[in-house]
Amino acid sequence: MAQITLIEAVTQALAYEMAHDDSVVVLGEDVGVNGGVFRATQGLQEKFGPLRVLDTPLDETTIAGTTVGLAVQGMKPVAEAQFEGFIYPMMEHINCHAARMRNRTRGRLSVPAVFRAPWGGGIRAPEHHSEANEHLFTNVPGLRVVLPSSPARAYGLLLAAIRDPDPVIFLEPKRIYRQYKEEVPDDGEALPLDVCFVLRDGTDVTLVTWGAQVKETLEAADELAEQGISAEVIDVATLTPLDFDTIAESVSKTGRCVIVHEAPKTAGFGAEIAARLAEECLYDLLAPVQRVTGYDTHIPLFRLEMKYLPSVERIVAAAQKTLAVS
Amino acid sequence: MSIAAKFEIEYLQYLDPEGKLVVKEKDLPAFAKDLDHMVELYKLMVSTRVFDTKSIALQRTGKLGTYASCLGHEAAHVGIGSAMKDEDVYAPSYREYGAQLYRGVQPREVYTYWGGDERGNDYQKEPARHDFAWSVPIATQCLHAAGSALAFKIRDEKRVAVCTVGDGGSSKADFYGAINIAGAQKLPLVAVIVNNQWAISVPRSIQTGAETLAQKAIAAGLPTIQVDGNDIIAVRKAMEDALERARNGEGASVIEAVTYRLGDHTTADDARRYRENDEVEEARAKEPVKRLRAYLESKKVWDQAKEDAWQAECDEWMDNEVNAYLETEAQPVTAMFDYTFAELPEDLARQRAEAISLESKEH
Repeated sequence: MAQITLIEAVTQALAYEMAHDDSVVVLGEDVGVNGGVFRATQGLQEKFGPLRVLDTPLDETTIAGTTVGLAVQGMKPVAEAQFEGFIYPMMEHINCHAARMRNRTRGRLSVPAVFRAPWGGGIRAPEHHSEANEHLFTNVPGLRVVLPSSPARAYGLLLAAIRDPDPVIFLEPKRIYRQYKEEVPDDGEALPLDVCFVLRDGTDVTLVTWGAQVKETLEAADELAEQGISAEVIDVATLTPLDFDTIAESVSKTGRCVIVHEAPKTAGFGAEIAARLAEECLYDLLAPVQRVTGYDTHIPLFRLEMKYLPSVERIVAAAQKTLAVS
Repeated sequence: MSIAAKFEIEYLQYLDPEGKLVVKEKDLPAFAKDLDHMVELYKLMVSTRVFDTKSIALQRTGKLGTYASCLGHEAAHVGIGSAMKDEDVYAPSYREYGAQLYRGVQPREVYTYWGGDERGNDYQKEPARHDFAWSVPIATQCLHAAGSALAFKIRDEKRVAVCTVGDGGSSKADFYGAINIAGAQKLPLVAVIVNNQWAISVPRSIQTGAETLAQKAIAAGLPTIQVDGNDIIAVRKAMEDALERARNGEGASVIEAVTYRLGDHTTADDARRYRENDEVEEARAKEPVKRLRAYLESKKVWDQAKEDAWQAECDEWMDNEVNAYLETEAQPVTAMFDYTFAELPEDLARQRAEAISLESKEH
């Protein structure tokens, strides 16, 4: 069986679903002949033709609004924003229509669409190419916000996102698009969209993260293990609707929690998890919840961006801080 | 210097403001030669107006929330709705009741929506049942129609998506985006700009520097026409031509229907703040219902007795609709949760339970 990268898993999932469901279409800028600027849609137009893999005019508003129309007519569109930093013009259609069509019409119409976008920093890209804005979608009712962090989860979660009857924001951590390969059977098996994934069991501290930071967080767990600290690592994967129970269960066991994300700290999704822990698990906590995040600044241009992104050192230090309390 | 491209915008009118034909009878489109059909169109224009009057009265007496009147748009709206086939899809903005009533939206549903209840968007009758609901964010519906048209093209269905947008809406990226992709992909789309001269308080003159709104279609490579939007024959004819082209795989069209918003933008607006009464009165003289009535009377197919009888019938119809609306109880508190997703997520189910428990404490 072939070993594939995260981005190849995205392509594999798209190809699988397009081959098995005629209503699945892909649309966006450069998704056709060029296969997308990251090659996520490589080879799809050859297989499925220029209408099902549609190069749109260069206008994000058009992509998003057309996607809503396609979905209402029973298609399953997978729209691509070329970079997540370009997603803002799409937000009126995502928030005002995709997310509320079912509610607006009491279930008469719905928008089973996926909005994909390469997300996050760390690839030495120009301005506006490195944003991490999951928090802009996590408080929009009616949306699912999903971030895969491995080839297998990219494949399984994207299949689930396409099959989901409601709109899904699918943010792909481009920093780890080609970080490593793993075996991902092309069996059409979806992963659940309503659970967090516990990637590593531990007893002393819970590290909660998603997207590209799963890499640094697992490395931090290794380092902590060398220091005799047992860290549990949770990949949230589907931010909303949130499977808080998995997080609560882990934190109730370890008594300590560090939340790691690369988006800015204030009102980032980590704040939501920390608030929920305060509401529901306060008496199980042995130390204050810590957050390791991007700063409340714009992500700098690339000469400084690695100083902005959460590092292994910062995660380890935050975990140590929770352990220093008791 | 040579000419790279050249264009002109045709203007279409059959009935002048006095209800007199500006063309020879033999040059009328086929539907307009069928006077029984013209009477049917007239009757719907009248019932639309009775409906509109009733809606405003309901709002003024506190029985309806903010309401957007369609006074003066009856020819444009009925012309659009009556030209479409059942299998087509309509994406309106928020005041095109004449088109929607033709397609099966019930007055009680309109009241229900403006009365603060989402069930008003759950149109029960076909073909309205597969149409879009009202779209408050300006011009966004144009792209939903374009997307629908793309679905029809992908599935090789002979269906057309129709959207309507105002003169103000034609300034928005969504309108340009919709006609642009429709041109690029030859989509079965008809985009109608219902130019009623006013985007709340902003007049057509400072909405754009373009001489006509119809010419915006030229940049998208689409056929386009400006019609007298108070002349239902002109609107309907332009619609039929555009729909036929779209159905035959010849792509999209734009129509600018020139009319006038005789009422306020909505019941929350007071148009006296920004426009002169003289202008409104001048526009009123060109309004659509009066001119079609004059035409039908000149053809001896309509008279005062028929008018009185139909008005009475409309009154009764709308009273029934109003009563049905007023008798509808509010939705249970759970309704705000139950349509957020196809299946209620566990996390949301907890908030739903909390809302239910608050309800039982209140009672």
